Amino acid sequence: VALHNGVHGRTPEALAADAPHGKAHDEGGHAGFRTGGKVDHRANGFDPHEILRDFDWGKTSKMADGRVLREWELYAADHEIEVAPGVKFAAWTYNQRIPGPTLRAREGERLRITFINRSSHPHTIHFHGIHPAEMDGVPGLGAGEIPPGGNTAYEFDALPAGLHLYHCHVRPLAEHIAKGLYGAFIIDPKEGRPEADELVMVLNGFDTNFDRANELYAANTIPFAYMDKPIKVERDKLVRIYLVNILEYDLINSFHLHGNLFDYFPTGTSLKPSELTDTVMLCQGQRGILEWRFAHLGRFMFHAHQSEFTELGWQGFFEVCEPGTDVRLNCELP
Amino acid sequence: MEAHEATRGLESKREGIPAWLLGVIPLLLIALAIGAFAALGGPGLGERTGAPIEELAVESTVLTPGVIELTVRNDGPDAVTIAQAMVNDAFVQFSGAERPIGRLGSETVRLQQPWVEGEGYEVALLTSTGGTITHEIPAAAETPIGDLGFFGLMALLGLYVGVIPIALGMLWLPFIRRVPPGWLRVVMALTVGLLAFLAIDATLEGLELAGEGSQAFGGAALVLIGAVIAFLALTGVGHWLEDRRARAKVSGATGGHLAMLIAIGIGMHNLGEGLAIGTSYATGALALGAFLVVGFALHNTTEGLAIVAPIANLKPSPKRLALLGLIAGAPAILGAWIGAAAFNTSLAAFLFGAGAGAIVQVIVQLFPTLRDSAGRALHPAAVGGLLAGIALMFTTGLLVSV
Repeated sequence: VALHNGVHGRTPEALAADAPHGKAHDEGGHAGFRTGGKVDHRANGFDPHEILRDFDWGKTSKMADGRVLREWELYAADHEIEVAPGVKFAAWTYNQRIPGPTLRAREGERLRITFINRSSHPHTIHFHGIHPAEMDGVPGLGAGEIPPGGNTAYEFDALPAGLHLYHCHVRPLAEHIAKGLYGAFIIDPKEGRPEADELVMVLNGFDTNFDRANELYAANTIPFAYMDKPIKVERDKLVRIYLVNILEYDLINSFHLHGNLFDYFPTGTSLKPSELTDTVMLCQGQRGILEWRFAHLGRFMFHAHQSEFTELGWQGFFEVCEPGTDVRLNCELP
Repeated sequence: MEAHEATRGLESKREGIPAWLLGVIPLLLIALAIGAFAALGGPGLGERTGAPIEELAVESTVLTPGVIELTVRNDGPDAVTIAQAMVNDAFVQFSGAERPIGRLGSETVRLQQPWVEGEGYEVALLTSTGGTITHEIPAAAETPIGDLGFFGLMALLGLYVGVIPIALGMLWLPFIRRVPPGWLRVVMALTVGLLAFLAIDATLEGLELAGEGSQAFGGAALVLIGAVIAFLALTGVGHWLEDRRARAKVSGATGGHLAMLIAIGIGMHNLGEGLAIGTSYATGALALGAFLVVGFALHNTTEGLAIVAPIANLKPSPKRLALLGLIAGAPAILGAWIGAAAFNTSLAAFLFGAGAGAIVQVIVQLFPTLRDSAGRALHPAAVGGLLAGIALMFTTGLLVSV
């Protein structure tokens, strides 16, 4: 009964008075950071929009038996980043970015990852996938913990095809992961996957006040990055997302797409989708491949379907455009 | 002998320097030393180690449709920069606090939140270092706007809980006049018991408030400082009145003087009580029920008894009685206004302390009147009266908890 009198919606007047730049007004009331502030991606050394389509294929050479040897160099470094406009976070990173490089190889190749620890704390790289025990990147096995200034090489075959991840495995585990030591690791099947606009999203969060609960949630580190600037995609073209959940401190995370349904390939280990859906739920370390084509032009949201995570940063927009006359997309909608 | 002469010569030279200059020279040297120390950046001390300490105390919360407004004060040693704000685990648009807030500095932030009446909200301010400062709003309610109707309501409230009950309590005067001296001592003991309870109550409430608010201005120390100031001020005023009376050769009439001091003490206490009521009402934490008003009325009626007990043997004019009642009761109205319009926990804690100090001073003044013919103050009847007073206050106090 009291609802009518009790609800105080945000009036347009109040919005106009408090958001002189008009951004909040344009967004029509999505949760977001205060208007005017922007994360300095250049100072951070990485941009979530670049991370989206940045696949690191490493350097290849032929081995004596004719197989491909694919090599990367990863280093751990303490690196302060701006996680939200005006908010600094003393992160631990692989190659000064969060998530670390998206390592990509083909099924059956020989992989060698040289790891140099330039951080002031011991770290490892623990890969998901099939490999010998001493290459597992955990303390007490193989090279074990790599002390500050130390280095090692992890070497194994690229198996199995699918979407995997890597992360540090040093105690205290939650801290080493939550501070930013993780990345996606993709092994393409021998036969390859259909041509698509491929995107990587590593779902993460940040506990900035060290109470073992996240203050910020995001896909690829910076909250609201894809709200402030939507991800441009082409209508009718296959979109493929490599989705990895590494979120610490929360039991689950999820991905929800507006206005469309997608084929879901859990862990990407099968070429047959398990489900046609618009929402998937992932625990920490769980990952999967999403494929769909946008049938309509315009903006479509994607976000966690835990509203708390959504309103603390884990939300974004796809902007579906027509192919233009050149390689650029035409997003000027009627 | 010669040495002695020399010393005397030196002393006489010293006498040549004016005394005030001797007093000022150390001050100048201290100022010089501090200035040099600060100018050199504290030589030998180095930087403080450790992360910055960020402390913000929320001094006031104002809710208007669609907006939550917080006024914060920096309690800590380091500047605090508010980078982002969340309400119930969602980032919100806000204005204010664009620059870092320096030590003891204050800022007001206006958060855009479509809040719903009666629901609870947790505001978290995210600082530039990633720290959070949280503030709970247990039950959202629109902050009353300080218009005439609102101040009228607060005045009515103060009248109900302060002025009327005390006036009713003073109606015991004719009864007290009739009771024999032995019984009057019991009534006085009852009064002291009532006041002792009020002093303890005010101190505890002051300490509780001091714990909630900004610590920058002393926190709990404010309660004690308030108590000491009120005690000393009333003692000083009391002795000044005595001196004046002595000069004017007015004899006796210390009862009237006592009643005035009691009225002032109780008035200061009621100022605090009004403050608590006004604040609770403004923040929506107080339901203005008949039960609450009846409870306060019963509770405060006993205060009227305390005022008239020392003047049982005098014949005060109705005008003077009305004045005493107003001094004791009207501050509740003033307190309600201040509490509802410009509440500040530091000020409130100080006022509660002052109330406690004033009451202690009154107790000290009243205590000699308990003495029986043998000169004992804590004779069985007085102890009985004291305990009855405390019990009465405790019981009626159960009816009201703000």
